Amino acid sequence: MSTTVIAEIPGHELPSEERVNYLTVDHSVKSWLLTHDHKRIALLYLISITLMFFVGGFFAVLMRLNLIEPTGLVAPETYNKLFSMHGIIMVFFFLVPSIPATLGNFLVPMMIGARDLAFPRINLLSWYIYIVGAAFTMYAVISGGVDTGWTFYTPYSSTFSHSQVIPAAVGVFVTGFSSILTGLNFIVTIHKMRAPGLTWFRLPLFIWAMYATSVIFILGTPVIAITLFLLGLERLLHIGIFDPAIGGDPILFQHMFWFYSHPAVYIMILPGMGVMSELITAFSRKRIFGYTFVAFSSLAIAVISFLVWGHHMFVTGQSVYAGLIFSVLSFMVAIPSAIKVFNWTATLYKGSISYEAPMLYALGFIGLFTMGGLTGLFLASLATDVHLNGTYFIVAHFHYIMVGGAVMAYLGGLHFWWPKITGRLYPDGWARFAALVIFVGFNLTFFPQFVLGYLGMPRRYAVYPGEFQVLNVMSSAGASILGVGYIIPLVYFIWSFKYGPIAGPNPWGAKGLEWTTPSPPPTENFEEVPIVTEQAYNYAGTSESAHG
Amino acid sequence: MAGLLRIFSLYMTGLIQFGLENIASAAAWIPLHPPTASSIAQNVDLLYYFLTALTLFFTALIFGIIFFFMVKFRRRSPDEIPADTKTHLSLELTWTIIPTLITFVIFVWASVLYVRNSRPPESSMEMFVVGKQWMWHIQHPEGVREINEMHVPVGVPVKLTMTSEDVIHDFYIPAFRVKKDVMPGRYSSIWFQPTETGTFHLFCAQYCGTDHSEMIGWVYVMSPTDYAAWLAGGTKNESMAQMGGRLFSQLGCAACHTSDSSGRGPSLAGIYGTTQKMRDGNSKTVDEALIRQAIVNPNSITLPNYPPIMPTFQGQVNEEQVLQLIAYVKSLEPEERTTSSK
Amino acid sequence: MADMATHNAHHAQHDAFQHQFEDMEQQRDAGTFGMWVFLAQEIMFFGGIFAAYIVYRALFHDSFEIGSNLLNVKFGAANTVVLIASSLTMALAIHAAQAGKKGKTQVMYLLLTVLLGVIFLAVKFTFEWTADYHEHLIPGFGFIIRPEWGAAGSHVPMFFSFYFFMTGLHALHMIVGIPIILIIAVMAWRNKFDEVYHAPLEMVGLYWHFVDIVWIFLFPLLYLVGGRYLSNGGH
Repeated sequence: MSTTVIAEIPGHELPSEERVNYLTVDHSVKSWLLTHDHKRIALLYLISITLMFFVGGFFAVLMRLNLIEPTGLVAPETYNKLFSMHGIIMVFFFLVPSIPATLGNFLVPMMIGARDLAFPRINLLSWYIYIVGAAFTMYAVISGGVDTGWTFYTPYSSTFSHSQVIPAAVGVFVTGFSSILTGLNFIVTIHKMRAPGLTWFRLPLFIWAMYATSVIFILGTPVIAITLFLLGLERLLHIGIFDPAIGGDPILFQHMFWFYSHPAVYIMILPGMGVMSELITAFSRKRIFGYTFVAFSSLAIAVISFLVWGHHMFVTGQSVYAGLIFSVLSFMVAIPSAIKVFNWTATLYKGSISYEAPMLYALGFIGLFTMGGLTGLFLASLATDVHLNGTYFIVAHFHYIMVGGAVMAYLGGLHFWWPKITGRLYPDGWARFAALVIFVGFNLTFFPQFVLGYLGMPRRYAVYPGEFQVLNVMSSAGASILGVGYIIPLVYFIWSFKYGPIAGPNPWGAKGLEWTTPSPPPTENFEEVPIVTEQAYNYAGTSESAHG
Repeated sequence: MAGLLRIFSLYMTGLIQFGLENIASAAAWIPLHPPTASSIAQNVDLLYYFLTALTLFFTALIFGIIFFFMVKFRRRSPDEIPADTKTHLSLELTWTIIPTLITFVIFVWASVLYVRNSRPPESSMEMFVVGKQWMWHIQHPEGVREINEMHVPVGVPVKLTMTSEDVIHDFYIPAFRVKKDVMPGRYSSIWFQPTETGTFHLFCAQYCGTDHSEMIGWVYVMSPTDYAAWLAGGTKNESMAQMGGRLFSQLGCAACHTSDSSGRGPSLAGIYGTTQKMRDGNSKTVDEALIRQAIVNPNSITLPNYPPIMPTFQGQVNEEQVLQLIAYVKSLEPEERTTSSK
Repeated sequence: MADMATHNAHHAQHDAFQHQFEDMEQQRDAGTFGMWVFLAQEIMFFGGIFAAYIVYRALFHDSFEIGSNLLNVKFGAANTVVLIASSLTMALAIHAAQAGKKGKTQVMYLLLTVLLGVIFLAVKFTFEWTADYHEHLIPGFGFIIRPEWGAAGSHVPMFFSFYFFMTGLHALHMIVGIPIILIIAVMAWRNKFDEVYHAPLEMVGLYWHFVDIVWIFLFPLLYLVGGRYLSNGGH
């Protein structure tokens, strides 16, 4: 039986601008703000998240400007607020929702052959909750800022800080529920609404990644919610839960905080890994090497991620035994990621590789993520972590993964699916140029920070000893290049909405149910429910039984 | 194929060799690592270099293979569809097991170092650190106090007992590769043995508020004779134990804690280091933490023969004074003790 | 495979049908599964605060004992019975729908559930919490540490912080749940639920049972650890 999908019958197909699609079906503001369509909600998220990215990025620019001078350029109080708000916005309002709420929302139903997610109204609610949370946080920003770091450590945040801790904590608390609802929607949708013939092991790996991410959303986010709730109560009513002066335990806060925040970093990278599997296969036109291994690696990462939070606390005075346990588990969590990197690389072998922008981002991801991940080994190692904790080494490590990894995967995915989402092509020449600028700028920004960390420069320093200046200036120079690199796609993406060439249903010749629909798709995605008879990424057209 | 692999591996070897050879000269104009000034620093550096080499190797390997594939398997025609390749379970297992083994090696190496470094030598010289926003107060047992500076003799292990007056700080000496959080309400400790004289950075490495980046200082490592001279010089100081003794009288502790067992409170002579049984049957070692607890929250310690009537001194003494009182208690020689000793 | 037109026609009769699903069975399946996933999240939410409670109970054993003994076990126990009864009436409402009983039966049981829930909240707020307020046992609102508590007194406020936070969070879940049950009751009054379609009833039932189970953990942890029901006051 052949796959029953939208037939691209030459001559019978309407040009995109004449066909009604999810963008053109209704132009009223109300139809956007009250939409149930997962694709429109994805775009609503895209706009909000892009806005938050540039706000957080703006703070980063100010930070790097300050760090050009060892004596600083802004007041320390200001700098402390800058890095706190940069962290809070980037982590909670950009990285955590980025791929799931934009690409995930858009693609999950399409990749499984469904008309929408299981709970479209809850999907819309999740966006409004995000907006409310963002509003609280923006209020915190404009009403004086918050200076506790995104980690809100007590007793500084509960008793000593004079900044807008509660509005910021409320903002993060509220936005957490946006993640929870998104995760809930994805889990139910993936379990219950796959098209006929789409068994678990025929799913695109992006779906596996979304699933694993959603498990972490559901199980992890409530813990940060309760932690921040307690922090707010402590700050307001001095109940004494985290303040040692009244009997509380500040380390308990750290345990509770990191119990979510470590899995959270896997929320931030797993979706990017899912995008990677899609990009590598599409641009080498090959089946993924080791599908089962990659799929189970996503699940393994999600599970083990809950067991390693203590590696953020090696120098807090926790017992040596606790340190050993968290250390060995932290090494274990690295293995599934390594497996994925090897499988992606092997997928390229004897492929037919092209170098459009999405692929450049994908290849950049693999290298930078490898480096970021390997530097994690320095931190999982107890003896070196003692020296490196709290320094710029940590900053470099997580930026390699979050920016060199997650953001590049996000950009790669945006470029890849842009024609599907908008029905337009972006200018690939500019896109490749921007990818290169981002790659160079990124490395110049963050590689010197590894060195700074080992030299001993602590993080969150507004001023620093003069001998660190050369490396700091290099880093700030890189940041300026990186900033330019991010603005270029903003410009041509917006440009492409109106002036980009019209895209066909499948400009890349990629496999996947989403590519069998018109670009942009109609509101209902598929006119007929597709039936799936082959495994994912079956470029070579082999039957399933031919594979081990 | 074999030929290509040979060329590739020769290329990689050459690259790594070139890189390593040039690190030394690069180090001249951009500092690459801090001074190596403690007994553990070199060992930590060794592990660090190994991890760096591993990182560079695998990054170069992956980047190299990708670059190689990108060129060799570039798309030659727009409709090209390559043949399928079979999944090799043996390959999957290989690149699962080898990284696992490598990480196991790293884990063991790092853990052994860490455990070894976690126990201060018996003969350690003690010093006391109180962090507060935004400065370090350092007390030598002999009584000398320093702010944001710490003088120590070279070649002698030093054990620091640390606490905070307010928020969490972190005591970090990059040159010694030591770091530990300094927390309010409890003691933490680290030790180091300087191996070179010189002046080294001291940083606060846990964000603690406005002037976190100003909470820095210097560690001066001196030869033993210079250190002894420095210690003795300046105004005559009371030792910590002496200052503690003064406080002990001033605050009225001596009224109940008489040196025989006749007072309303237990005699403290020789009590440091012993194990005491609590009313609920559990035993506790009388260490710095317990003595501090006895001062700030006395009735949380339930001794079988004494009613919970000791008043709390929280708020009446700061953390430095607590440390002085502890030094005093430690200095009290045991008389006849009937409870079990350490 | 059916195309959109026949697909819609096939399901046109059930006006609760949502278009993203293939059929009512998938819709019901997805709804109940979704509620289970939501409850998993709730378990982690309450789990976090339970974990913190356990830590401080271990650290301040005596203070927590004193605090627990100050709670009114009679009211707590009565409330436990009330809440369990409300789970029973909820289950009976669902059973009524499954058995095809008329809407009025379902409504009766649902309203009984609401009534019992309101009784629970009334006992809690007007009897227990008001008394606690007058006895100065609410941290942040004029808490007074009593001398007879002795050395352990300084951490009794911690116990009460946990007590009010945990029971308050639980009560909040009930306050959210009661209007939802009322909405479902209105739907039941309009005979929307029968043996074929009663998924919303099931989902609300799941939620309500969860709220009940949380209380079944809260009650012993908060009210009974004082051990005062034992002759020597427990450990």
